[in-house]
Amino acid sequence: MPEPTIRLNGAETPLCAATLAALIAEHAPSADGRGVAVAVNGAVVRRADWATVTLAPGDAVEIVLARQGG
Amino acid sequence: MTDTLTIAGRAFSSRLFLGTGKYPDNDTLLAALKASGTEMVTLAIRRMNLAGEDAPLIEKLAGYHFLPNTAGCYTVEEAVLTAELAREALDTNWIKLEVIGDKELLYPDVEGTVAATRILVDKGFVVLPYCNEDPVTCRKLADAGAAAVMPLGSPIGSGHGIKNPALIEVICARSAVPVILDAGLGTASDAAQAMELGCAAVLLNTAVAKAADPVKMAMAMKAAVEGGRMARLAGRIPRQFQANPSSPTVGLVGA
Repeated sequence: MPEPTIRLNGAETPLCAATLAALIAEHAPSADGRGVAVAVNGAVVRRADWATVTLAPGDAVEIVLARQGG
Repeated sequence: MTDTLTIAGRAFSSRLFLGTGKYPDNDTLLAALKASGTEMVTLAIRRMNLAGEDAPLIEKLAGYHFLPNTAGCYTVEEAVLTAELAREALDTNWIKLEVIGDKELLYPDVEGTVAATRILVDKGFVVLPYCNEDPVTCRKLADAGAAAVMPLGSPIGSGHGIKNPALIEVICARSAVPVILDAGLGTASDAAQAMELGCAAVLLNTAVAKAADPVKMAMAMKAAVEGGRMARLAGRIPRQFQANPSSPTVGLVGA
């Protein structure tokens, strides 16, 4: 049976984390500051809900950062 | 002289808004922002680099209002999601809406821009849409609830200045919401022209960021926006074809 994966910022990634908070801690430890936002399957998940949102194989997770732009 | 610009209840004493992209480095960016006197800066929303990120820029931008953008979005759905991510990331409901219709020209998709404006206004955003210099489009955007309209002077980053000054003037004369000239400006006289035509403010990025001396150009833009605005308020003389002497026509020596 293939290992379950999610798409994290467009890349196929093994799904090891039970919650969104655990995934972020594993892959984007610097995401605790201001300027970061997360969406799962096209819907924004507020920071307060990261710890309670669970992930399923095939989910698409986007972790974004506000950066230089015009 | 108090000459405050108010957009969606927020008062600005500077009528110059600046983008934060394409600077040689963050120190130059911060020095240019300071020199420009701007109070609001744009930011982009992009995927985080999971291999490791530099310290987020926004920590260094304390004191500025943030105007996140939806640059690079080609559909209404992408733009709406990007706006929602920006609201979460930056704790602001202000959004510079871009729905792009052409990769080479970066021209706005008018249909998508109007549709996304409606959706985002319904969701409680203060929407400042980038649009083409078309009075009908600008009216539709204002009717859809845009807090300001931001017609382009010429293609983004092109430095061509204002290619259709007559249309910008018409848009300014007719708009129910503030008009912010966005995109295409190349140098200080372009910014002054925008203000003379009646624009409420100017938003620019490349003209400062890619100038040989960005900090000096930021100062020039500040002076140009202030000068252009003052000239607009002063009321320029009408153009005429014949000369009209400035010196007395009587009492000429030897007459």
